[in-house]
Amino acid sequence: MTERKSRAYIMGAYEHPTRLATDKTIAQLHAESALGALADAGLGLNDVDGFFCGNDMPGIGAFAIVDYLNLRLRHIDTTDTGGCSYMIHVAHAVEAIAAGKCSVALVTLGGRPRAEGASTGTAPRPYHHAQPDIPFELPFGNVIAGSYAMCARRHMHEFGTTSEQLAWVKVAASHHAQHNPRALLREVVTVEEVVNSPLVADPLHRLDCCVITDGGGALVVTSPEIARQLARPLVGVIGMGEAMKGQDGGHVDLTYSAIAAAAPRAFSEAGVTPDDIKYASIYDSFTITVLMQIEDLGFCPKGQGGRFVADGNLISGSGRLPFNTDGGGLCNNHPNNRGGMTKIIEAVRQLRGEAHPAVQVPGCDLALASGIGGSLAMRHGGSVVILERQR
Amino acid sequence: MAEARGHVPDPQTFGNPETGHFWREAAHGRFVIKRCTACGKHHWYPRSHCPHCGGGETEWVDASGGGTIYSFTILRRGGGKVPAYVTLDEGISVFTNIVDCDPERLSIGQRVTVRFWAEEDGLVVPVFAPES
Repeated sequence: MTERKSRAYIMGAYEHPTRLATDKTIAQLHAESALGALADAGLGLNDVDGFFCGNDMPGIGAFAIVDYLNLRLRHIDTTDTGGCSYMIHVAHAVEAIAAGKCSVALVTLGGRPRAEGASTGTAPRPYHHAQPDIPFELPFGNVIAGSYAMCARRHMHEFGTTSEQLAWVKVAASHHAQHNPRALLREVVTVEEVVNSPLVADPLHRLDCCVITDGGGALVVTSPEIARQLARPLVGVIGMGEAMKGQDGGHVDLTYSAIAAAAPRAFSEAGVTPDDIKYASIYDSFTITVLMQIEDLGFCPKGQGGRFVADGNLISGSGRLPFNTDGGGLCNNHPNNRGGMTKIIEAVRQLRGEAHPAVQVPGCDLALASGIGGSLAMRHGGSVVILERQR
Repeated sequence: MAEARGHVPDPQTFGNPETGHFWREAAHGRFVIKRCTACGKHHWYPRSHCPHCGGGETEWVDASGGGTIYSFTILRRGGGKVPAYVTLDEGISVFTNIVDCDPERLSIGQRVTVRFWAEEDGLVVPVFAPES
């Protein structure tokens, strides 16, 4: 493969090992993740001059966590697009580094919804009365699981997608999770077990939903000059795309996601096509989230996602598109209800050849991480980063 | 109308200067939507400007109250509520609930008409029921 130029490299990646953090604060989870990723890169807190996080740390923007870590920064970015914020943070870090605004960018995530007893998918999220959409959605039971379920129902109506096809997404994730000793759910499940699990929001069953876990993660993105001085493999960021999709003033179309706009931007920038991708981390808040992204990324035509994911096609070693080889959010980890961070981390593991041997994709030199954050049927963000092993 | 449902907190949400009119009309059993005075298109949810053409002036108009189910779900852990998008005959889709129905027998494309239900705190919200 011809080596493409990267403006920045992911040199550090760390997934916090906890899944239940009753004994830790949110700030601690950020800090432990930050230290882990910096140690992985061979750097320290004093090397960091750019910082990126979402709104998962209480307080104004990043003030609290930056002061807690005692960082001295030249650049700061607290863009929040829900669970896919971390793809966008990597993309924005690359832009900031290319523009000379920083040279060592730290991205952190931390949270403890499980310890705090959150009902992430089935209870209303916190809101502010001044959100213009709130009066027109709050009274009607606008919860996350219901939002994704309406997309699944429409997909079934338009394209003939079945619950069994959706179940294959979970089945594939569980095949990978059995090899991950830290995965919350390590048991391999069958299509029958998924479709026979209790309905949460029709047509989505309990096993169509991701786990709720505490924890976090962090990434270190550096300039090419610094990257070349470090001992870790060079994971270049060669394509980035981001988009947001809402209700279009009432012209609602639930058959596609923001990834339909984000993906072509990322592939165009990278100069590669979906056929070139050897491994894909695909945000899996629900099984339908994966299926719609696979279509919108261009791995198959719109409407054929159900057929594409069926029969183990996402299972590493046998399927055409190995995905979420850590077990993903469906089985392994979905820290603080934000699966974007762990998606990038597993893509980095694959490109470094450091995934579990049972799920490592041979010769994995080109991967992507795709994420959807927010509420799929209401307002959501989508972001894709394409990553290449370059050393 | 006026069958009590779940409590809706924070009543100030429903009386703001931009969309308070919608809720005052709903309290009288009227379902109103916004239309742009420049391009003539309807939009949802109601705004003081037009999200389609960017026009700065919109007006309240009576909706026909009819539509079809675009998609729906049944919240098994939310007391069986049926959230749905209903595509109004005016061409815009609104997020709402389907009521007075057997949820198991609903289908996409089914005709529905507006009803008005009262929340515990007195707020009246537009919901939809299958046409008989």
